[in-house]
Amino acid sequence: MAKWGGKLEKVDEFRWRIPESYKSGMRVPGLIYADEGMIGQIVADQAPEQVANVAFLPGIVNYSLAMPDIHWGYGFAIGGVAAMRVSDGVVSPGGVGFDINCGVRIMRTNLTQNEVKPKIKELIDALFYAVPSGVGSKGKIKLRSGEINDVLTKGSRWAVERGYGRPEDLDTTEENGEIKEVNTDYISARAKERGTPQVGTLGSGNHFLEVGVIDEIYDKDIAKVMGIDDVGQVMLYVHCGSRGLGHQVADDYIKEMVQAMQKYGIQVPDRQLACAPVNSPEGKHYLSAMRGAANYAWANRQCITHWVREAFCRVMGISEKEAGLELIYDVTHNIAKIEEHEIAGMNEQLCVHRKGATRAFPPGHPDVPEKYSSIGQPILIPGDMGRLSYILVGTDRAIRETFGSTCHGAGRMQSRSAMKKRFNGRDVLRELESRGIAVRAGSMSGLAEEAPEAYKDVETVVNVAHGAGISKKVARTRPIAVVKG
Amino acid sequence: MKKFELIEHTADIGLKAYGKTLAGAFANASVGMFSLMAELENVGEKESRRVEVNADDIEGLLFEWLNSLLYYFDVEMLLFKRFDVIEFEDTRLTATCYGEQYDPALHSLKMGVKSATYHQLEVDREKNCVQVIFDV
Repeated sequence: MAKWGGKLEKVDEFRWRIPESYKSGMRVPGLIYADEGMIGQIVADQAPEQVANVAFLPGIVNYSLAMPDIHWGYGFAIGGVAAMRVSDGVVSPGGVGFDINCGVRIMRTNLTQNEVKPKIKELIDALFYAVPSGVGSKGKIKLRSGEINDVLTKGSRWAVERGYGRPEDLDTTEENGEIKEVNTDYISARAKERGTPQVGTLGSGNHFLEVGVIDEIYDKDIAKVMGIDDVGQVMLYVHCGSRGLGHQVADDYIKEMVQAMQKYGIQVPDRQLACAPVNSPEGKHYLSAMRGAANYAWANRQCITHWVREAFCRVMGISEKEAGLELIYDVTHNIAKIEEHEIAGMNEQLCVHRKGATRAFPPGHPDVPEKYSSIGQPILIPGDMGRLSYILVGTDRAIRETFGSTCHGAGRMQSRSAMKKRFNGRDVLRELESRGIAVRAGSMSGLAEEAPEAYKDVETVVNVAHGAGISKKVARTRPIAVVKG
Repeated sequence: MKKFELIEHTADIGLKAYGKTLAGAFANASVGMFSLMAELENVGEKESRRVEVNADDIEGLLFEWLNSLLYYFDVEMLLFKRFDVIEFEDTRLTATCYGEQYDPALHSLKMGVKSATYHQLEVDREKNCVQVIFDV
């Protein structure tokens, strides 16, 4: 792919601006969070062009933003954040993506690496069998006729009422795992059909379960509030999304919005940015359906959480109480939400699109759980199979600059086919094992595609987010075992 | 003639498919998509489904066609390997799709395809060639 040759101005150590004058039709400038070392890689493909294209969308305010894990996507860049006025702006399904509410959660445990390590092989096998994973995986849960509608409206609460997980898990899930204002009539029969057999499945691609160990703590006081006590403490991650249901909702509404654009006289430089006014019937129906898909994803992670807890306790031979296994937090990184933000001194209702970006609300924000009110919203940044992951918190600066948003992961920089040419799955497996990481994967070629070398170094991504002040580092973990979907 | 070739894309994967006719290029795009998902060599033709899709224009038709086939994979676990296009217009495509249900003992799956996207989607009527990027 050709190098991007557009206009880019350095603002400061961590900020790069694409001026409105770059392309006629941009309503606001673009703003990319990156350091000097990363920017060369960012302009190596067309991701900055996508940042500029998003700036065309009606009602966009301030900037078309890109987080430091930005990479070339379809329509929006991955790592893209854009907020549109509800009054006269648009919502774009492409600004959320196909895997609606793809997200990640982390549980703390009372155990140390030394206690878990001797049983790690057994543990990773138990997790692999407990959680259906891989391409086309089907779940163990049989839904009653019509029950899919409960999943779509109640999200995590549906799962907890079904016996999957603890009531207090809801308190530490973004939106309590149950985003309101869902009308399931706006979700197609096809979407429901695709989603029904897949509740409680990990899926494939970059989705995973991970056993991690606290490797470094940057802020002991904040970490303590999350139940992160010491280096060596074992943590468990779950990363997955809304499966075929979310994909179908996105398909259905992208198609609808391609038509709606003619009706509303909207023109965009890439059809994948198809959109409709937030207040139009098409916009409202999409948001309603998207929220249902988001709830599905939370229910999905909640069921998986339950099986992970069961498997962990069984292998370790201890009770859930002894193990701890409290949910620290669950964040989504593909969503559009109606939020109130201050724009030019006035409070404004905005439709904030986060595509491969995480919410990063500061201490005291009403949407941050009471438990974390003094520290800010926890943010989870998974690295990749072989590298570090980070736990951060939201900041005031994020609210002022990025509509309360930050990065979501390491960010891809090598294509899947390039990785398969360079590595085979078995090499990757051996390499990870030599570094003390136990791996189980649905497919060997999937493992090669997700080789750590495919990704930017998550450490540099997080350091930019921290350095720019849009989130604050709390702790990091390193993996000791991974189940790859 | 080559049926299709893969296109490099940082996060995802795409393909260019060719045909003697545009209908043939649509059929080859679907062969390409399923060959990303599974090794098709061992897939038989025990099952067939008649698939009809409609769209507002030819680009929309390609998007709809490929995504409809993904629906059959999610719901019935059907891997298709051959496509007979029966009717083909700018806004309508009818085809019989042949393949079989995924069986872990016989078939090896490679990659999950979430959806075809509109990003860089191209239909070239002169060259009977189509291009599509998938979210994987």
